[in-house]
Amino acid sequence: MTTITAFLPTALADTHDHPALALEHVSASYGKSKPALEDVSFTIAHGERVAVVGPNGAGKSTLFKVIVGLMPHLSGDVRVHGHSHHAGDCPSIGYVPQRDAVDWKFPVSVSDVVLMGTIRAVGWLRRPGRQARAAAQQALEQVGLAALAGRPIGDLSGGQQQRVFIARALAQHADVLLLDEPFSGVDVEAQEAIFGLLDSLRQQQVSVLISTHDLQMATTRFDRLLLLNRRVVADGPADAVLTPERLTAAYGGRLVVVTEPNRLTIVTDDCCP
Amino acid sequence: MWRGLAAAVMVGVVCAVVGCFVVLRGLAFFGDALSHAVLPGVAVAYLLGGAQGPLFWGALGASVLTALGIGAVSGKQRLSEDTAIGVIFAGALALGIALISTIRSYSVDLTHILFGNILAITNGDLLRIGLFGGGVLLVIAALFKELVAVAFDPIHAATLRLPGEALRYLLLVLIAVTVVVALQTVGAGLMTAMLITPAATGYLLARRLPRMLAIAVGVGVFSGIVGLYLSYYVAVASGAAIVLVATACFGLAWAGVQLRGRA
Repeated sequence: MTTITAFLPTALADTHDHPALALEHVSASYGKSKPALEDVSFTIAHGERVAVVGPNGAGKSTLFKVIVGLMPHLSGDVRVHGHSHHAGDCPSIGYVPQRDAVDWKFPVSVSDVVLMGTIRAVGWLRRPGRQARAAAQQALEQVGLAALAGRPIGDLSGGQQQRVFIARALAQHADVLLLDEPFSGVDVEAQEAIFGLLDSLRQQQVSVLISTHDLQMATTRFDRLLLLNRRVVADGPADAVLTPERLTAAYGGRLVVVTEPNRLTIVTDDCCP
Repeated sequence: MWRGLAAAVMVGVVCAVVGCFVVLRGLAFFGDALSHAVLPGVAVAYLLGGAQGPLFWGALGASVLTALGIGAVSGKQRLSEDTAIGVIFAGALALGIALISTIRSYSVDLTHILFGNILAITNGDLLRIGLFGGGVLLVIAALFKELVAVAFDPIHAATLRLPGEALRYLLLVLIAVTVVVALQTVGAGLMTAMLITPAATGYLLARRLPRMLAIAVGVGVFSGIVGLYLSYYVAVASGAAIVLVATACFGLAWAGVQLRGRA
């Protein structure tokens, strides 16, 4: 039996003293145009599952880029487990890309992709050894795709591909997962499989932040919603966030909200993929 | 002749390996631009020292500088990468032609730069090809998993705190060095083919990177050797013969894939 202790994040010891992810007054912009994000603050607790919703151009992708450190923020602070993560090597954020952001013809197998999660643990100038392979194998088993390890990534279905990327995050021992529009182009059954997987990860205190266009799903499957339109318009449980006033504030005229007793119907003309 | 063969084989290997990254990152136009951007460097070296001047170093300097220039301009997001390449590439080519046109034996020398002159390769050339080509391969071998990870998913690479920008520049410089290493065998005009065609053949036939690399290297070496013999016995330009053999390999692979898809 191989041990994988070496892969455990060093931040684990003080993990529970701080929220898994915290943004404090974060602003970011492209060039000199008006800011893409303005004074964004929120926290995500360990094991919490939060959806980011908002119209196109609300800054959902920018938010993710800022959190992973791909785009610098002008002010404020992004903290992972209480650490300002730009300070050091902190691979505890796992990232699952949007489907159209991936080149599915790239010649890599499923296990190659999952192994990419171990790159930092393996270190520079080394090839992945037994430990890394064991971590990748274990992650693939956890998402139920061990049988497909040798297949080219492009051969898998949309839902399976999402699970491969979740496995990559697990091999990396990430405990904050960012999923960018994971349900677009994925059928209901595959969607359920992903939620089942996220439920099991919740028991391991893995926190999940998902951006989605699907307000219907956002109302039922998440602990909290974050309604974003450059600023945080609302943050809380679905029924508190998805009120007609707040939705109009976030979406403007692009959304028609019809309220009936015990029921909220949202009609959108926003073109959603 | 044996020097030509040795050069063709080494260039075939280096171009094929670097070419795989060129194909996977969609940098074909970039490689094309660099191969033309070496002209002003070669011209300045020629003006300084004639045909025996430091042509290799002139080409290397121009190539690496252009690579870094394109990297810097396109990294700023205001200009798309192909626009930046187009501007710098055409400017460098014009500068090269302007400089070379001041030399009296203009047409002969330009032909050698544009189309290579593999049979005139000296022991010194061979040594430089070996050293720099070997260096490129060594760097790629050492940073292989990082280069692949950044090519496949740059955002994930950022979450891992891999230095994505540094790796991007490194790849551009590696391509620049490769272009100069290959300059004497196929010349600036056919450089893109050496970078792209073997790698594209591997991409067509393989679904995993190690296999793609192996096929690309096979095609690169095969077309180097066969092309050189062909040029010798049929008396055609060697660079063109090498590229034609590589293109034939690609054509066969493409036809094979089409047939298999239909069956």
